[in-house]
Amino acid sequence: MSAPSEKPTPGWLAALPAAWLAVFFLVPFAIMLGVSVAHRVPGGFYEPGFELASYARFLTPFFGKILLTSVALSAGAAAICVALAFPFTVILARMGRRAQTLVLVALLAVLSLSEVIIGFSLSTLLSKTAGIGNFFAWLGLIAESRAYTPSFFALMTGLCYLALPYAVLVLYPPVSRLDPELGEAARIMGASPMRAFWTVTVPMLRAPLMGAGILVFVFTLGVYLLPQVLGQPAHWTLSVHITDQAIFQSNLPFAAAMAVLLLIVSLALVGLTLLLGRDRAGAA
Amino acid sequence: MTDLSLQGLSKRFGDVAAVDDVSLEIPDGSFVCLLGPSGCGKTTLLRLLAGLETPSAGRLLVAGEDVTETPAHARRFGMVFQSLALFPHLTVAENVAYPLSIRGRPKAECRARAEELLALVQLEGMGGRRIHQLSGGQRQRVAIARGLAIAPRLFLLDEPLSALDANLREHMQVELRQLQQRLGVTTVVVTHDQKEALTMADIVIVMDQGRVQQVGPPMEVYRDPANAFVAGFIGTSNLLPCELGEGEIAVSGHRIALDPADRVKARPGAAMLSVRPEDVRIAEDGLPGRVSFVRDLGESVQVMIDHGDREITALYAPGARPEVAVGQEVGLSFAPGGRVVLPA
Repeated sequence: MSAPSEKPTPGWLAALPAAWLAVFFLVPFAIMLGVSVAHRVPGGFYEPGFELASYARFLTPFFGKILLTSVALSAGAAAICVALAFPFTVILARMGRRAQTLVLVALLAVLSLSEVIIGFSLSTLLSKTAGIGNFFAWLGLIAESRAYTPSFFALMTGLCYLALPYAVLVLYPPVSRLDPELGEAARIMGASPMRAFWTVTVPMLRAPLMGAGILVFVFTLGVYLLPQVLGQPAHWTLSVHITDQAIFQSNLPFAAAMAVLLLIVSLALVGLTLLLGRDRAGAA
Repeated sequence: MTDLSLQGLSKRFGDVAAVDDVSLEIPDGSFVCLLGPSGCGKTTLLRLLAGLETPSAGRLLVAGEDVTETPAHARRFGMVFQSLALFPHLTVAENVAYPLSIRGRPKAECRARAEELLALVQLEGMGGRRIHQLSGGQRQRVAIARGLAIAPRLFLLDEPLSALDANLREHMQVELRQLQQRLGVTTVVVTHDQKEALTMADIVIVMDQGRVQQVGPPMEVYRDPANAFVAGFIGTSNLLPCELGEGEIAVSGHRIALDPADRVKARPGAAMLSVRPEDVRIAEDGLPGRVSFVRDLGESVQVMIDHGDREITALYAPGARPEVAVGQEVGLSFAPGGRVVLPA
């Protein structure tokens, strides 16, 4: 990059982001780790100590099911978002410059909506009295208006609405850079447009597709408002319970322990996905 | 194998005719070069042949079968793209065997055929490598091998050698031509490099502004250009406005008698005289001019002579170098048989 006569980038430049990371990420995480093994004073707060009681409390079928719900919801949202965002981005990349800009600006505008606004808008839209049920009833599709929220469907819709723009933004650069001659070459060599898509476009974009999926997965794993607004108690995720324990039950050690476990599980799943992806790339 | 028939093939983009009413008959097994400046429609014509563009009008017949409506993937053609379009997620052997595996041939057959094709392009034992591990010339060979994998009815190449450096390009031109002769596959190559076309082609098709300007064997196109565009584009030509009369022409008032071997393609009146540099001779008298530059290239000597506002180039073998100096007033004559009188 730089000519030999030029000075190399000074190493101390890296100290700034390193300090930033330490102060705003490592230190809070260390505090959280410390809190998770602290001793809880029932009815009070917590006092320093080392015990694994909070972790032990998590190892019950009840919390196991909650963890499973969280992971399943996020994995589902990741799959749906990637499945929607990928064809969307492929079509977007084929549009004219001006149309692409308009769509991307609209997409970025969606990002400015907070989880709260999205949650309550959807819950109104899917409600019995003011929602889309009235429209279906008016069309004659259903006898009378009904509520579609709270439900699994409403929650999934909310999660996907929240995460879809991120998936598109991750996929857009690699998709728009993809050489159209690759698809044409596949077609001339005997691949129908569908097979060319599956044998060339998809494998070539495997890394960005996985990246988009992981981003949506991790992002929706931390969502704690939508499950309460749009979901039934059975859909409450670990994030909801962490909030509940930390704020309403004043059980900070247990909340911290759950947060640490959530982090470990999500890191493990992301690592597993990357490992599987690499193995297949090596075998192909 | 395949003879190719283009019948009034046209492609319009909006108001612009990229390919304008092209009709051609290309015999089986020939090596055809589509030659022209950039934007002349040669790449669009190749894409029409490939089925990557739908013609606005006209028909395309391969061995008598109308393939105008046949989608690209059902035409059984091979193609090498300008960018090569090799698949980076596949190995060299998988790239070469892609046309077979996509047709559901068994793995063993794919592997055997890939080995065979890689041997054909002198890449034995490279099948397991990744595309990014290959040099430019090796990638070129992989793309050619892949294009030939299914023994295509028609082999299309779009500026296939443009990414290579000059030495390798000349080497690959010869190699590609020898490979094509060995396999006998009808081949159409798009190029803007007239030297490349003259090296490889049985038939050169010169295009300009979407239209075919001339079709013929390379030497015929070189020796006997159909119009001033072809004369100027193929090789170097001195083009001089002239007046065509009975058995003679007048170049800026200077009369030159025509020889029976000279080719006259214009009607009497205003015309354009085309003379190759090697047919220009410097003499005591003749068409007046002034030497403006002498370029000694070792293998040949070029002498530039100003004649009015035109510059005329004369080409000599090194042994026959004329005794001239820059600024010297000289006369020019044109070798009988080397004069082509074209429509103005």
